[in-house]
Amino acid sequence: MSGVAEDLATILSSGIRLTAPLVFAACGEYVAERAGTLNVSVEAMMLGAAFGAIAVAGLTGSATVGLLAGVLLGALVGAVHGALSHRWHVNTFVVGLVLNALVLGLTSYLVTVGELGRHQVAQVSVPVLRDLPVLGAPLFVERWPVYLLLALVPLTWWLVERSRWGLELRAAGENPEAADMTGIRVNLRRRQALLWCGALAGLGGAYLAVGEVGSFNQNMTAGRGYLVIAAVIFGGWRLGRTLAGCAVFGLADALRLALPALGYTVNSQLLVSAPYLLALLAMLLFTTRQRRPGALARPFRRTS
Amino acid sequence: MTRTGPWLSAAIVAAALVLSGLLIAVTGGSPAAALRALVEGSLGDAAAVSQTLLYAAPLMLVAVGTCCSARSGAFNIGQEGQVLIGALAGAAAGLRLAVPGPALALVVLFAAALAAGAWAWLSALMNRLRGVDIAVSTLLMTFLAQQVVAFAVTTPWLLQESRWGAAAALPQSNRLPAGALLGSLGDHPGPQLNLGLGVGLVAALLMAVALGRTRWGFRLTVAGLNPAAARHAGIPVTAVGGVALAVSGALAGMAGAVLLASPLSTNRLQPDISINIGWDGLLVALIARDRPLLTIPVAGLFAVLRAGGSFLAATGVPPYLVDVVKALLTLAFVAPAVLRRRPGAA
Repeated sequence: MSGVAEDLATILSSGIRLTAPLVFAACGEYVAERAGTLNVSVEAMMLGAAFGAIAVAGLTGSATVGLLAGVLLGALVGAVHGALSHRWHVNTFVVGLVLNALVLGLTSYLVTVGELGRHQVAQVSVPVLRDLPVLGAPLFVERWPVYLLLALVPLTWWLVERSRWGLELRAAGENPEAADMTGIRVNLRRRQALLWCGALAGLGGAYLAVGEVGSFNQNMTAGRGYLVIAAVIFGGWRLGRTLAGCAVFGLADALRLALPALGYTVNSQLLVSAPYLLALLAMLLFTTRQRRPGALARPFRRTS
Repeated sequence: MTRTGPWLSAAIVAAALVLSGLLIAVTGGSPAAALRALVEGSLGDAAAVSQTLLYAAPLMLVAVGTCCSARSGAFNIGQEGQVLIGALAGAAAGLRLAVPGPALALVVLFAAALAAGAWAWLSALMNRLRGVDIAVSTLLMTFLAQQVVAFAVTTPWLLQESRWGAAAALPQSNRLPAGALLGSLGDHPGPQLNLGLGVGLVAALLMAVALGRTRWGFRLTVAGLNPAAARHAGIPVTAVGGVALAVSGALAGMAGAVLLASPLSTNRLQPDISINIGWDGLLVALIARDRPLLTIPVAGLFAVLRAGGSFLAATGVPPYLVDVVKALLTLAFVAPAVLRRRPGAA
């Protein structure tokens, strides 16, 4: 009996660790997409931040400063993406893909040039609660940035659904022409949303580096950015469902890693492709019913 | 293109190279040595040139296809997956069909084109049925394609290598029979021309004619430039885009077959057989601004970077520099295209 409970705790624990970076980035991508940008450069934001976090942690000797640097680097990618696609009107997919290629190349290049070493933020373990059966260890023994999610998720929801800024943001994503008519600066809002997206995706990538892994290796995000895009689509552009999507994807990943070790046979290809398959199915089944932002991926340009 | 076009392009290439040189210098390498290694490794002798031309062929095929779909307004970013599906179908045809002699090579190319074309067309279908964004679905399907190929080469009853006695089977297919391979003129140490290059060049020429000189190409371009006007003129925009997407996928699939059947690979289907040719081919098409004939020199440039990149390591400069150069080049070419407000570029 205790064997099953232990297995469960192990899978749950690794599931949470694999889900957390996705959730950070998904909170960002959610905002960008509600503002109308189908942002493909999440991967670049996360990977650049992961590299920057470890590099700066090495320079300053502080993993926390590294984490902050990661956030800034993610935001920088967001700023570049925003400037190119919403100021100079380059196709946003093109910008995203090129940024992904650029950051992958740059980080792969730089990581081979110098020693980066290991840097990791502290682990927090909540007394009493950590002793709960099954759930205790997975939920209450974590690297501290995970607990930022307790604030960031509600903040994201409030920003988009309740604040004036979020209202304008959603208007920019839903009907940019009408938003423009009422005096909302559509492309400015979209650039701001990309900045927020970059900062949060950067936090996710930095968490992966200085939180979970403690070091940087080439292409360490390995497509997690694309997974985040799939999560937002899977979630039908609603925050709650998006996060549920992240949890499903993180758990599938954890199962892929854990089940063979526990002696079960699973088809790993099926588990790896599950998120993408689910996202495609979700789009096929629910596109018309779900709240896809009306102007998603459509550039806005004043025609006056 | 304006009259300053070629000069501007030259300045852009120079700027990207200077930036990359700075990157090398800052990280303690020698830009001059790196440049020399790039040129020597890709154009230095007959073997190097042969290698460069080998890479140019699949890049050209992917890029030519991308021109077709992009002109129609269907933004395909799933070429990497389409290359993989092409290689998969090509391997299946080459290993399973009993077609005699060199005709088998044709069958391999055809099977690859057919399968990858159908794979890409699924995105068009999803778009037509439920309005699923083509860029998103082609991207997501790339990750599916990777797993499909991985599954095929790790499953004995599909394409996994057959066991010889007690030897463990690797995650790869058997080697294609000689008749399925694309022939080459000349032998390895000397200059060598693989048939794949011919396929690429013919595709570029045919596509240039098809897009520029035929009714089909005209309708496709109009549908891409102004869907509303095209619909008004009676052009079935969705159907035209669907065909363009399928053609794009088919050409990417052919690139997969060329990778499989030319000396670029071990002539076995392996999970990493696509070696990012799909992603690079997309960048080539972006730089060539969707003009099929321009993809020839641009694919050549990218092939130089690929072939020369493997010689960089000897100079102490990590070969990943090549990826930085490619991304910088693409970024530099796509940004000013719009600054000059060329219609249709956005």
